[in-house]
Amino acid sequence: MTQPRVSADASVAAAVADAHRREWAFVLAATVRVTRDLDLAEECVQDAYARALATWGSRGVPANPGAWLTTVARRRGVDLLRRDATLRRSLPLLLDDQVEPGPGDAAGHAVTDDRLRLIFTCCHPAIAPEAQVALTLRLLCGLTTAEVARAFLVSEPTMAARITRAKKKIAAARIPYRVPSGAELPERINAVLTVVHLLFTTGHTAPAGADLVRRDLVERSLDLARMLRALLPADADVAGLLALTLLTDARSASRVGARGRLLLLDEQDRAKWDRQAIGEGIALVREALQRRPPGRFALMAAIAAVHAEAPTWQDTDWREIVALYDLLVQIWPSPVVALNRGVAVGLARGPAAGLAALAALAAEPQLAGYGYLASARADFLRRLGRTGEARQAYEEALLLTENAVERDFLAARLAGLTQP
Amino acid sequence: MAQYLILLCEDEAAWANASQEASDQIFKEHMAFNEHNAAALRGGNALQPTGTATSIRKDSAGGFAVTDGPFAETKEALGGYYLIEAADLDEAIAVAKQVPAPFGGVEVRPIRVFD
Repeated sequence: MTQPRVSADASVAAAVADAHRREWAFVLAATVRVTRDLDLAEECVQDAYARALATWGSRGVPANPGAWLTTVARRRGVDLLRRDATLRRSLPLLLDDQVEPGPGDAAGHAVTDDRLRLIFTCCHPAIAPEAQVALTLRLLCGLTTAEVARAFLVSEPTMAARITRAKKKIAAARIPYRVPSGAELPERINAVLTVVHLLFTTGHTAPAGADLVRRDLVERSLDLARMLRALLPADADVAGLLALTLLTDARSASRVGARGRLLLLDEQDRAKWDRQAIGEGIALVREALQRRPPGRFALMAAIAAVHAEAPTWQDTDWREIVALYDLLVQIWPSPVVALNRGVAVGLARGPAAGLAALAALAAEPQLAGYGYLASARADFLRRLGRTGEARQAYEEALLLTENAVERDFLAARLAGLTQP
Repeated sequence: MAQYLILLCEDEAAWANASQEASDQIFKEHMAFNEHNAAALRGGNALQPTGTATSIRKDSAGGFAVTDGPFAETKEALGGYYLIEAADLDEAIAVAKQVPAPFGGVEVRPIRVFD
């Protein structure tokens, strides 16, 4: 092999990085069809990207980088399997639906479907949820094990073990490389959407670490939601998830205030919201809500859309938000959803109604230790002039709140209560 | 095709306390399951309760320790199994979902193949 005369310059590096981001899932999924082994396919795809870096400088960036990379990676896979017949025998091969890979490497339908096969395999319910997320980042987004480990704040060996174990199970238990059939499909799509949503929420409000938002994870989950939308254009839940992701992320520029503190919805500068993303999100919400009954992500997206359309916090259509929460608690009866509904009831119908809606939640074990319930109650009690009870509720909220900014806010409210 | 073992893990106390009618009903359901999945079934048995189990381990002196009872005391104990043949895990899960196990659930394990 001759060394390319010109070393990979910045533009080639950028083209390869771009192809990595855009085409990784496509190239890997198509290569898995040839190797029928995940590890071997990953190795071949990594080789193909290395070849791109070495040759695109002298030969130019191909017109269709995904097709070029797929051809190189598949050829490498065929070579390796041919050279090492024992390797081929010893691999527990992935099961596909016995359809021959499409002719050539053009972006035909057969190849497009491979990305769906790959994500359904990664998000199979027989794989532990944390491993589903890890496999998706690794195989669909092309993140290294170190990057996946960093995203979830675990050590690299821990994450490597998690990924290895999941891959072993895929092979040993014969988890198929296949798009599920009609009857199972809605449930399995829901499992995929749950993984993408978890990825988004992890990025949107980083549970720990120095930054509030992990932009890389947010971008990856948006990419995945867009990919699913392109592959499953008729699915209302997919439209709902993409809408929710876009509408929530549209507020990202206004969420962080002075000294990096988190700004709540009523404090945010709405001029900073991304109107283009909001427009796209609202169109998707309309589409997603046409399915009856609407799904969980469609309803969450619809709530985000009502906020996005309100010129100010005070002008928010709280009645509409309560109506959407009423539908959401029916299909997603989580105590946190019920708490958000109770707060919306108070804003729509007054503090007494809000207090009544929250009263039923006092015994929820899942909300014990959740300061937001106490602070919501405290706010309604204060507005009703029930000062003594409000004081108690603020004190309880202070005990349960660790965030310094929120503690300052609660302490100021507590100090502002008139003496009984 | 591959083989999978479906392990029935159920609460023995609930079984012991079940009425004759209830036991008969579950037995009928197993017969129906057998009939419906005859093409996939390669074997299966119900086991006597863990009270009849005997555990045997090598002891440190090089002999055997034979003790009364199962290896692990659990609320839901292995009470029977089916051996099935299936193309993949999805197919095996589809069969496993039909196994009557009113006092617990089932576990699906792929059979290991040695070259």
